[in-house]
Amino acid sequence: MSKNENKGPKKKSKKYILISIASVFLFLFIWWLYTDVFKAVPANALPSPIKVISTFFIKFVETKPEGATMLQHIFSSLQTTLTGYAIGVAVGVPLGICMGWFDKFDMFVRPIFDLLRPIPGIAWIPVMIVFFGIGLMSKAMVIFMTALIACVVNSYSGTKQTLNVHLWVGRTFGASNLEMLFRIAIPSAMPLILTGLRVALAASWSALVAAELLASNRGLGFMIQQCRVIGRPDVIIAGMITIGGVGALLTYLLKLLEKLLLKGRKNI
Amino acid sequence: MQTNIKVEVKNLTKSFGDLLVLDDISFNVTSGEFLCIVGPTGCGKTTFLNSLTKLYSITKGSILVNNEPVNLKKHNIAYIFQENSTFPWLTVEQNVSFGLDIKKVPKDKKKENIKEVLDIVGLYAFRKYYPVQLSASMVQRVSIARAFATKPELLLMDEPYGQLDIELRYKLEDELIRLWKKTNTTVLFITHNIEEAVYLGDRILVLSNKPTKVKESIDNHIPRPRSIVSPEFVKLRNRVTELIKWW
Repeated sequence: MSKNENKGPKKKSKKYILISIASVFLFLFIWWLYTDVFKAVPANALPSPIKVISTFFIKFVETKPEGATMLQHIFSSLQTTLTGYAIGVAVGVPLGICMGWFDKFDMFVRPIFDLLRPIPGIAWIPVMIVFFGIGLMSKAMVIFMTALIACVVNSYSGTKQTLNVHLWVGRTFGASNLEMLFRIAIPSAMPLILTGLRVALAASWSALVAAELLASNRGLGFMIQQCRVIGRPDVIIAGMITIGGVGALLTYLLKLLEKLLLKGRKNI
Repeated sequence: MQTNIKVEVKNLTKSFGDLLVLDDISFNVTSGEFLCIVGPTGCGKTTFLNSLTKLYSITKGSILVNNEPVNLKKHNIAYIFQENSTFPWLTVEQNVSFGLDIKKVPKDKKKENIKEVLDIVGLYAFRKYYPVQLSASMVQRVSIARAFATKPELLLMDEPYGQLDIELRYKLEDELIRLWKKTNTTVLFITHNIEEAVYLGDRILVLSNKPTKVKESIDNHIPRPRSIVSPEFVKLRNRVTELIKWW
């Protein structure tokens, strides 16, 4: 049934992708007019798009000016982010589910969680340096705190939103409390848990630049910082574009995972 | 007679705070009986079923199944709800298998039961579909199949066809009678639709307005298949209507 329904919008989206591509080119064109044609701003403040794009490609082989190629930076940043993110997910999802399912556990953990929740990830930087020094761990822990909150909040509300009628079905069939948790509450919370994973990943990646402000010698945040000091705006902008691109790619990968895991649900 | 009693409701009273919903209700259900419970909207029919299955706690009185207090792990009870209760993350087949999984039914037996009930409700061809891909009536049939797959000794139905149009309702009512006859299950069917109650039930229990009491218990001996235009059907329907009149 729905197979046919799915065809329509997909075809349409292919057609409209041209509009999206046009918007990117229009943006680049205006930027180019502004910098290269009218020379409205000095090149050391805003370099031309052509310069930025060529720097972007050159950076894949060139280590100058700050000492590493783009891929090395990307790899280093991904390592930091994914380490923190993985720990955040591994702790946050089960924690959120348990808080949503076991009332007493919720009461026990909630005061601490409510206290930690409003603290932004970057506010953890000083304390993490004190705890873990200035290696991978301190940066990863900043990202961990960022990812943790998003995972807990979404897993918690997903579990809480389990429909009563679904629980009643389990209950009348004689399911135990744990069976109801694993067979009903967690599967039914899955869409929100996965949303949490996506939000957490986006937040982790954004927290990266801040985390890399900690003394480091690799990473996209480090590259941007260094080039600010030595006045290379083209590298800064190329770095920003890379951060945006990798972030979008990560989100896209999680979207694919979501599609795979949420077969049969609405709105995907 | 005593041995044949499946469900014994004794002085059942349920209140939510100050609000008395069920007021001292007592009645028995015989094994294999199809009992319809009718009453004005909001009279506490659902509260009654939920008390029976311990989804709500009872204020006073008792409900016994096979002469002992309800034990959901021991007694094989299935409940079909008014709203869609299928699990959206499971296929039709997996949904029907749910009760059997919980009850740890062996694999072969499970497969056999699933095939049997899916054939009866006409969804075998759709066993790999997800509920979201099915129509409302098909989804309700999945719930019915899920309930019957466990071969429950007691089946509770709370206005299962309330959301469906007349034609589908007739169809599913006949399907239900077929399943019931085949499985010898005891059925408690709650409805506010008098015609449906007269069409389905061996007996009709008429409830009063809140606080709910049993107004009357009417035996229904009209032979099946029943015709909704036969004089005896119309007569019985009118009698129940008179009893229930809330307008």
